[in-house]
Amino acid sequence: MIQLAAPVPLAHLLALSAILFAIAIAGIFLNRKNVIILLMAIELMLLAVNMNFIAFSHQLGDMAGQVFVFFILTVAAAESAIGLAILVLLFRNVGSIDVDDLGKLRG
Amino acid sequence: MTPILFETAVFYAFAAILVFAALRVVTARNPVHAALWLVLSFFTAAGIWLLLQAEFLAIALVLVYVGAVMVLFLFVVMMLDVNFDALRKHFRSYVPVGLVVGLLVAFQMVVLLWNGTRGAGAAVGTSTAENTRALGRLLYVDYVYPFELAAVVLLVAIVAAIALTYRKRRETKYQDPSEQVRVRRADRIRLIDLPVERPAPAAEPAAEPAATPGTR
Repeated sequence: MIQLAAPVPLAHLLALSAILFAIAIAGIFLNRKNVIILLMAIELMLLAVNMNFIAFSHQLGDMAGQVFVFFILTVAAAESAIGLAILVLLFRNVGSIDVDDLGKLRG
Repeated sequence: MTPILFETAVFYAFAAILVFAALRVVTARNPVHAALWLVLSFFTAAGIWLLLQAEFLAIALVLVYVGAVMVLFLFVVMMLDVNFDALRKHFRSYVPVGLVVGLLVAFQMVVLLWNGTRGAGAAVGTSTAENTRALGRLLYVDYVYPFELAAVVLLVAIVAAIALTYRKRRETKYQDPSEQVRVRRADRIRLIDLPVERPAPAAEPAAEPAATPGTR
């Protein structure tokens, strides 16, 4: 097996992943009214976590990290599909994607 | 330039592009632009994963995530006619809190992980030629049960998405064989008892002399 060294130390990869995660969280704070951007921020969070898994998988030489990224991709795709279906339904019934207009479920 | 130095430079370039694209995703005014910036961040992340010898996942990210999920996002974003200016009215007021929270989270995670991994030297990677084969072997031998469960999750997602958004078009006519088979004679035939009508006989002799005066 060919063993290649990482291009950067592990800490740099984890810092990149942390920055991505923080950007996604800030994005949720900034776009709390827009459901589409919220979904995109969730995708960014998942990307950050995947980056973390791949970094550790490379560091430890353990393929289990990459297997888990495979499953995270699967679940993220399923969740995006259902989230967007709900969004389309919401827009059909309410007419806007403003989170504040979702208060119909409250009594 | 040694290969390792080139890879390092490429990594930092990709990391800068990735961070900038992620920032533009959350701050774009137009959701179509945000979706396109997200596509760029996924491509760049796939490039970084290629640097880390995770080739299968890098290609899977481009094919599945960008090719399917992001295209779905773009479809939905372009289909919905939303008034985005109303949504962004209070954007400015959220910026301080968002900035503070984001910086705090990033700072905490980086500090925690930076010192924790200082002892780790140059990482050892798995083989570049057999990444797909190793991943495939693991998926189908060790993790076959979670693999099947992931397939079930996808099936549930398909069923849920269709069940949520499917609308029957009311104006189409269609045949329902189970209903056709269930038909009874009483549903199709109804016998009505009508009394027989006879023409009235007294009206004819009175009408004849008045109708033909010339022939008489």
